[in-house]
Amino acid sequence: MAEAGYAFIDIAVLLVKIALVLGVNLLLLALMTLAERRVAGFMQDRYGPNRVGPEGLFQPIADGVKFLFKEDVIPSHVEKVLYILAPSLVLAPALLTFAVIPFGGTLSAFGREIQLQIANLNVGLLYIFALASLTVYGLVLGGWASNSKYPLLGGLRSSAQMISYEISMGLSVIGVLMIAGSLRLNDVVAQQNTLLFGVLPNWNVFLQPLGFLIFLIAAFAETNRLPFDLPEAEPELVGGYHTEYSSMKFAMFFMGEYVALITSSALITTLYFGGWDFPYVDESALGVWGVVLSVLAFSVKTGFFLFLYLWVRWTLPRFRFDQLMNLGWKVMLPLALLNVVLTGIVMYWVV
Amino acid sequence: MVAEMFPILLLLVVVMAMVAGMFVMTHMLGPRRPGDIKLSPYESGMEPVGEPRTRFSIRFYIIAMLFVLFDIEVVFFYPWAVVYKKLLSQGAFILIEMLVFIGLLFVGYMYAWKRGALEWE
Repeated sequence: MAEAGYAFIDIAVLLVKIALVLGVNLLLLALMTLAERRVAGFMQDRYGPNRVGPEGLFQPIADGVKFLFKEDVIPSHVEKVLYILAPSLVLAPALLTFAVIPFGGTLSAFGREIQLQIANLNVGLLYIFALASLTVYGLVLGGWASNSKYPLLGGLRSSAQMISYEISMGLSVIGVLMIAGSLRLNDVVAQQNTLLFGVLPNWNVFLQPLGFLIFLIAAFAETNRLPFDLPEAEPELVGGYHTEYSSMKFAMFFMGEYVALITSSALITTLYFGGWDFPYVDESALGVWGVVLSVLAFSVKTGFFLFLYLWVRWTLPRFRFDQLMNLGWKVMLPLALLNVVLTGIVMYWVV
Repeated sequence: MVAEMFPILLLLVVVMAMVAGMFVMTHMLGPRRPGDIKLSPYESGMEPVGEPRTRFSIRFYIIAMLFVLFDIEVVFFYPWAVVYKKLLSQGAFILIEMLVFIGLLFVGYMYAWKRGALEWE
């Protein structure tokens, strides 16, 4: 597929994959906004939204329509261009990130091998980090361009938080890279598709427990989720960087956040939980059913991490800002470095 | 390389069209009833006081500088990590090399810590 150029059917397949990934992402995003409130209701022993459709299932549609038909207020004091650019800078990178994540095995159809992944980049992981750091621009520009006090403070906080945790995040995956020897996410998954000591699935979470913990915590901070949601701490900053936004622009910040949530759950699955690998089963021997099984395994694992995000949100209280920065710089960073050193030494012993 | 990136390009076009479509739709569908108070900065219902672009803590600059420094160090790790397994068969040199690098990095980190660059009060 790499050198052969693109035939019509390749482009058709690609478009179907893009439609599938974007469609599933948007559907999941809608479901997440509902699940967030229903799970919150369940954990606080009350009802969530349950009136629109069966069990409130159509609530996200109602919300979406309402966002579209709201007045699109552009306050007179904002920097117009950046003000409009900011929400798209949050949403677009979030939607692009999923492109390199393999969400299933290889399907044989139309006489060719179709990888269930939009782009099989050899710099896959770098691509994800590059796009993930673009989100910071959206938040900072949104805060700055609003030309108002609360958004500016929210934007500053978010930038400080995200750059602090990005370092730990970047360092914690190095262990995975050392084991896989590649930045290509397919290789990372393939390396995990075996058995460890013949018993455990060879998932990186068993080989890299410390790296996994650091990555998980950093992922929570990167997606601005509780306990790290200081940029939008409602009681202190009203809404943070999106205080001056309304209608669909406001919704786009949230959509970006939820898509980032989905992507990071998928990334945790890919890097540490074997991706689409169903343990103890050789998917490639099962043909089409193997592919179905792999997609299913990937969905279940990703779904678990999505639930974990909700679970943690309603379980842990919010950090204070100095605690947050201390944790990022004084605990996570040295631990991430230690993880690199440990991985290096252990691999020297074993290999 | 170009062929590998092509799907990303296609996705980029689709996503950009989607985002632009959202802007256009909300712009066309929503009502438009501007008012002086509606268009003024939000300050919890009070009259806005002073300039919004006031000075803010120097800490943010320090953190940003430290980030640039450390992020570049992290980028140096990536090519090393990718070839680590392969070069390990040629002896421990690659491991010692990185231990020296991490050691130097750690000295700088401890210096920043001791000078109070990481304090936040």
